[in-house]
Order: sequence, then C-alpha cells, then structure tokens
Amino acid sequence: MTTTDMPRKVDAGSGRAVSKKRPRGASSGGLRRAVPATTLLWVLACLYGLPVLWFVLSSLKPASDLFSYPLTFIPHNPTLSGYTAAWRSANFSQYFINTALVCVITTILTVGVSCCTGYALAKYDNKWLKAFFICILATTMLPSEVMLAPEFLVVRNLGLYNSFAGIILPAVLTATGCFMFRQFFITVPDELVEAARIDGARELSIFLRIMVPLSRPIMLTLAILSFQWRWNDYIWPLLMLNDPNKFTVQIGIQSIVGAQNINWSVLLGASVISMIPLIVIFLVFQRYVMGADINAGLKD
Amino acid sequence: MTKSAADVSVRPPRKRRSTYTLAPLVLIAANVVLFALFFVWPAVIGLVYSFTNYTGVGAFQFIGLDNYHNLFGDSTFYDALTRTLLYAVLFVPLNFALSLLAANLVVSKNAKGASVARVIFFIPWLLSPIVVGVLWRWLFGENFGLVNYVIEKFGGSAVPWQSNADLSLIVVVFAASWAWTGFSMLLFIAAIKNVPVSYYEAASLDGAGPWRQFISITLPSIAPTSFIVILLNTINAMKEYPVFVSLNNGGPGTSNNLLVQYIYQTGFQRGQIGYASAASFVLMLILMAVAIIQLIVNRRVENR
Repeated sequence: MTTTDMPRKVDAGSGRAVSKKRPRGASSGGLRRAVPATTLLWVLACLYGLPVLWFVLSSLKPASDLFSYPLTFIPHNPTLSGYTAAWRSANFSQYFINTALVCVITTILTVGVSCCTGYALAKYDNKWLKAFFICILATTMLPSEVMLAPEFLVVRNLGLYNSFAGIILPAVLTATGCFMFRQFFITVPDELVEAARIDGARELSIFLRIMVPLSRPIMLTLAILSFQWRWNDYIWPLLMLNDPNKFTVQIGIQSIVGAQNINWSVLLGASVISMIPLIVIFLVFQRYVMGADINAGLKD
Repeated sequence: MTKSAADVSVRPPRKRRSTYTLAPLVLIAANVVLFALFFVWPAVIGLVYSFTNYTGVGAFQFIGLDNYHNLFGDSTFYDALTRTLLYAVLFVPLNFALSLLAANLVVSKNAKGASVARVIFFIPWLLSPIVVGVLWRWLFGENFGLVNYVIEKFGGSAVPWQSNADLSLIVVVFAASWAWTGFSMLLFIAAIKNVPVSYYEAASLDGAGPWRQFISITLPSIAPTSFIVILLNTINAMKEYPVFVSLNNGGPGTSNNLLVQYIYQTGFQRGQIGYASAASFVLMLILMAVAIIQLIVNRRVENR
C-alpha cells in the first residue's frame, strides 16, 4: 500500500488538496483558490436550493396571501391550512398509504432480483449470460413509457389490471439495478470466489454468505433509487389503476393541477406533503447515497 | 504421466468459470421470467399490432404498413417528434454541463461547505416529475410567478413563460436539468473519486494547473461515466412526459406535445392501439440508433 492509495478510500479530496498545495508551500495559495471555488459552489447551490425554498415557504402562506403583491419571501402569518386542506381533500391520505405500500414491496423485490442477476453477470461467463446482459441493456432502450399500449394489454391479459401487482411486477426488472450490481461485483476480486470454491463452498452459498454481505452499500443505494422511482411514478399507475381508492400520490397531485381552476393552496400543500417521505429517507440514509463510491476499497 | 497431470491442472482454470450452469441460471431466473413477461411479450404483440387496426377490444384486421404510412403523413406526429428531439438536444448538454460542474465543485477540497451543497444539489432529484412541474409552474407563472415579479421589479416587462411555445419549452428544459442534476452528479462524483490520486500528484509536480488537470486527467478518466450519463439522459429526454403534463400540459395548445404524450393520446384516449404501437416502434428505433451511435463513439474514444 502506497500512501497515494490510502486517502482515496477515506476521502478522495484530501490527498489531492494536500499534494496540490505542497509544491507551492504557502497557505495563502490555498486561500486564493478557496475563494472562487467556494463562491461558485454556493452560487450554484443557491440556484438549486432557492426554488425549493420558495415553494415550501409559499405553501406556508394562507390562501389569501398567495397572490398578494408585493410578494414576500417569508410568510407573514404562517399557517398549515394548505396542508390540512390537502390531506382532507379527496383521498389523499389513502393515496399516501397506497404509494408507500407499492414502493416498499417493489423496492425489496428489485434489490433482491438485481443483486442475483448482477452477480451472475459479473462472475460467470457463459455465452447465454452475455446474451441476457445485452437483453437487459435493451430494456433501457425500450422503457415502459415507449410500449405503453402493448404492455397495458399484456398486464390486462394477465388479470392484473386495477391491482397493485400490475404496478409492482413490471417495475421489478431494472437495467440500472442489474448494471450497478454487475459493476460492483466485477470489482470484487475473482480470487475471493476461487478461494471459497477451493474451501469447498457451494456456488449459491458463496453468493449468499460472501457476496451479498459485501454488496450491502449497493443494496441500500439501489433501494433508495428504487423507492424514489416508484414513489414518483406517474404514467404507469395512471393507466393501471381505475379505482380511485387505489390511486397513488402523484395521480392525486396531477388531478389538482388538471382542474379548470387550480387551487394553488391545496396544490402546494399536497406537493410538499408528497416530498416529505423521500426527503426524510434521503436525510437518514444520506451517506449511502452520497458516499456511494461504487468501487470503494475493493480494487487491489 | 506428469505431463497429463499438468494438462489437467492447466486446463481447468481456463474452463472453470464456464462449467457452472445451474447456479447462474437460478440467479437470473426471476429476471428472465420478468423479462419475458413484461418485455418480450409486449414487444412482440406491439410489433404485431402495429400492422393492424386493433382498438384494444374485439377483432382486428391486418392492414400491412398502413399505420406507418399514415404516421409519416401525420403532421401531429412530426411536430411531436421534432419537439422531442429539440427537447433532448437542449436538455442533455445542459444537464451534462451542470452536473459535471456540480460534481467537480463538490469533490474539490478548495470549496468550503461542499457536503451541505451536495445535499442541496441532490434534493431536486428527490422530487417527482409532477411536483417539479408544479414547482416551476409556480415559479414561472406569468401573472403570479416569482420570476416575472423579480423581472418587473427590476423594470423589465413580464415574460410570457406560459403562452409562448418556445419559452415554455425552455422552462421545461431548465426544470428537467435542475431536477436531474443530482443523479448525474452522483455518477460523476463516484467516477472522479476513482481517478487515482497519483495522476494528479504527478500532474501538479509537472506544473499543470487545475483546468489543465481537469481536461487532461479527469475528463478522459471519467469517459465511461460520461457515456452512461449522456445515454441515460437522452433516453429520459425522449420519454419525458410528467414534467410537461404538470408544467404546461403540452401547451400552449398542443405545441409542446412530446412523443410519449402523442402515443398516450392516440393509444388510450382515441383507442387506436395499432397506430400508437407503430408510433412506439418509431420511437424505439430512434432510441436504438442513439444507443448504437454512442456505443461506437465511446469505443472509438476508448481505443484512442
């Protein structure tokens, strides 16, 4: 292990910054560089953060203040009336439960199935596996949005129309998931598998007892991605679900937008409520998404 | 004797990996079934229906290439197609540049507060396309939006963000680039962190500045990731629908109806499943062409 390899695992930037400064020696050089980089970073961050901030702050205004000029950034008399109105209107609480159920089930299935497939694609090289890998890549070319009509007919013929299974099952196979696991398992040295084989471990137990635990960070990353995809799905649930009691949150929000006269107070409330679960999940599991240095620590 | 023993011990390592069939088969079984059910089957019947006048129920007749023939004479389809391509051409480079910039700033140790900024960049990606559309509609409303309010405050006149078709498209491009930055940025961060630090050390010893290091080390090293980002974003752009639906509902009028919206409307609102399937296949061919072009370009770049 050379010193250049060490910092990469812990923190990629630190080793680089130190080495950049060293030839110049002076710490003022670091400051001269820090100012423009920091400024640019925060200008960009403001561009990304302000729209959300404005949206959330607006949702705290009472309906009568939403359009009153001059517009104020901070609400004068903040209220939660928009939220309560949204929560009570239609079946929003029911939509919320439906969406959560669909997301959790799909995510568990996606992670399990993708992990198995990714491992097989990375560690075995049969010809038909390569062919299947190309097939999976082909699914990214043909997302379900592109095959709306035929896929609808297939799911209807399977008797899954207007059921949660009709949303869950077609969403389980994701090329991104298989690809992520494949990339990860390729970086796991083959010697690890070989050593386990020499010790007499069976193929599937190598996978379950060595590889699955190793891939935990990828699992969490994919779980968060998958949860996000399904939570935010719109067009497929819209087609599949007929019964208003089974609608998802996104359909609920779009039905407010689609109305003749948009009730902005309710719309803002409903939108902000729909954002909360993902933001909470993200903030809790942040390091698994942000630290997703997919090849970390496994290259020799 | 010793010779044959050597042969035996030499041969297996080469062949060993391919001798396993059962284990990989078990591992991919679930995805094979899903692939057959929700990919092959729809693709096949979609192709078949694209040669028929099927309406979703009852009997249908084969009408040969009529659907495709009509499609190329259909100006609505052409409008949707060109609008989709224009949207992709605007969205993909903007998103690429923004997310690469964000990733580099976040990784750079010179920038202070990078970990907080990284979270801020990522939050828009957590919002659903529907909510993104609502948010930007709220921001860019012609009579009530913050953006026009600020423009008027500084003496400008209200910009017709909603009633001008091109400006309306631009707003969607901004909105989508804004929303997708977090994900592309994440891919870039992972790629940049995997560039060996020793490259940068060697370069800075040779006196290369940060820009030079970025061009000569970072960009070539992350080429495979750039390829994936461009590919994913192109596909996302070609199938965009929810952001449009909630931001301007494909409007003003029908000027910003993209392909997926066109397919949705012909297939499900007018019940022309056969015709919609033909349109789907045109979209699929475009996506395949994009992928093949990018594969070739990528291979050429890697071989250089």
